[in-house]
Amino acid sequence: MIPLSWYLILAAGLFCVGLYGALARRNALAILMGIELMLNAVNLNLVAFWRYLTPNLISGQVFVLIVLAVAASEAAVGLALIISIYRRRSTVAAEDIDMMKW
Amino acid sequence: MTTTQFVFLITGAVTLGAALMVVLSPRLVHAALWLILSLAGTAVLFVLLEAGFLAVVQVAIYIDAIAILIIIVIMLTRRVMIRGDTQITRNWWLGAISALILFVGLLILLNMMPIMAIDTLPTIADADQTLKDLGRSLVDVDRFILPFEVASILLLAALIGSIMIAWPLSGQAESEGDQ
Repeated sequence: MIPLSWYLILAAGLFCVGLYGALARRNALAILMGIELMLNAVNLNLVAFWRYLTPNLISGQVFVLIVLAVAASEAAVGLALIISIYRRRSTVAAEDIDMMKW
Repeated sequence: MTTTQFVFLITGAVTLGAALMVVLSPRLVHAALWLILSLAGTAVLFVLLEAGFLAVVQVAIYIDAIAILIIIVIMLTRRVMIRGDTQITRNWWLGAISALILFVGLLILLNMMPIMAIDTLPTIADADQTLKDLGRSLVDVDRFILPFEVASILLLAALIGSIMIAWPLSGQAESEGDQ
């Protein structure tokens, strides 16, 4: 039998790897991939808690579906922004997109 | 060690290793492929947790839609940052330190929680019934119809918004039409 703690530790590790990716990469696309990893780790946590603590309440799975919908729309809008920035400024490096920085 | 523990350890190691390759790989296309492997590992973990429907949704939405979209955008923008340029920021060690601090902090926090001792899996009476319940609860007025509808409006807004944002520049569109 797998203890709940294994899932939680794995999800914590995945989240921190995604956080490092979002903080350390220069490419906006790589940052977006880091954010997807973080959302994925949260989903793993939610499913593990649902399975071990409240398997008879369905709310855990519903939460996961809502997070998936948010992740999908976030990816779509983020990638559209990256394409638009690339067309206008020919760069996808996050540090070069500084028109709003004073 | 039981079989499920063995499967969990293998899948967890693959998922975590693939996630590390996503953030460390210098080539973006490779990073996206590692991302697919990591997401597939999570789908296997969902199956281990007896959430089969979510595993299918994970494959259909994350791998089919999001990862493919990311790969397409990488190919559209691959002329920049392909070589010469370093892929990590100057202050990458700050990100590494904060991620490490967060991980250690999470471990300490998890150790203080009583739920960490849970190692028995409550039985699910009927997996089909769980899936039916999930479907009904999403359209039940007393339960989750409001988040469901908000999610659908969010998806519609993201759809229209991304089309608007990614629309070609007017001058560019005309010059492309001339060619």
